[in-house]
Amino acid sequence: MSVGISLASDHQLARLLQIGVVLEEVAEARAAKHASESSDIDAEVRELLESAAEESAAHSDRLGTLVDELDAEIVGFDEVERLVEQQYEADETFDGVLYDQLCNEETAYKFYDDLLTAIESSEVQFSIDRDRLLGVLRDVRADEEEGVAAVTELMDRDPNRNRGRL
Amino acid sequence: MNTADQYLKAIYLVQQIEDGPASTGAVAEQLDVSPASANEMIGKLESRGMCNHEKYNGVDLTDEGIGRAREALQQYCIIERFLLEVLDVEAFRAEATQLEPVIDETVAERLDTIINRAPQCPDCFAHEEDVCSLLAHEHDLADAD
Repeated sequence: MSVGISLASDHQLARLLQIGVVLEEVAEARAAKHASESSDIDAEVRELLESAAEESAAHSDRLGTLVDELDAEIVGFDEVERLVEQQYEADETFDGVLYDQLCNEETAYKFYDDLLTAIESSEVQFSIDRDRLLGVLRDVRADEEEGVAAVTELMDRDPNRNRGRL
Repeated sequence: MNTADQYLKAIYLVQQIEDGPASTGAVAEQLDVSPASANEMIGKLESRGMCNHEKYNGVDLTDEGIGRAREALQQYCIIERFLLEVLDVEAFRAEATQLEPVIDETVAERLDTIINRAPQCPDCFAHEEDVCSLLAHEHDLADAD
């Protein structure tokens, strides 16, 4: 085991990007499900969730392109959506769609932040262009940061509006 | 997972295997670090109330240390199971170990929403084999198919 964050190979990078794709697909599936099935959310919340689902899909595509260039494969959205659906039925701790969306955004932000730290502290020459890789990840991290701010702003405006349950 | 949590998990696993205090050397070996590095971090953990260290006896986790170690072990189990069940990674143990420092607790919790982890986790972890015993069993069954 190596203690501390470091990236040693294309293989490890591809694996982490694959995980990023899955996180985006989980976020997309959950946001889309909430937007289409939650009955007691208002139009503004529904619009935010739909937009977040679209953004997650766009992030998946961008990461998927990088994974492809590293000669690896991604897990398809349909498969992740099925897993989300399967486990969701048993999830008794769900507490509000905006809170769930906040978790999506915060988790993704933390993931990209740690991944960027690992890449920046690594001296490995990856087979894909380092500047482009860092550029994509920084763009996506910035989107997640904006997403956290947007959800928080909505929650702060009216703390009681986010309690929509499936 | 941060470095302190990786150490707590390693001490916990060594204590399970040795059924008593963990020797610094065994902890260092588990983490593939030098004994000097292990000694230094164990000293820090002791000052935070996570463990007690007696020079010739070894390291013993406190209740707080055991709690943190078990949470860290759960995170490791999530990564292992996610790699095998979702990404279909054959070398999931080795890769989980490599990825562990990069996967934060919040990320592990999100990955946990799409896997089938048993409620008794991490008690089903087989320390010697470095894998959840249930996962190993399921994997063997899958191989048999």
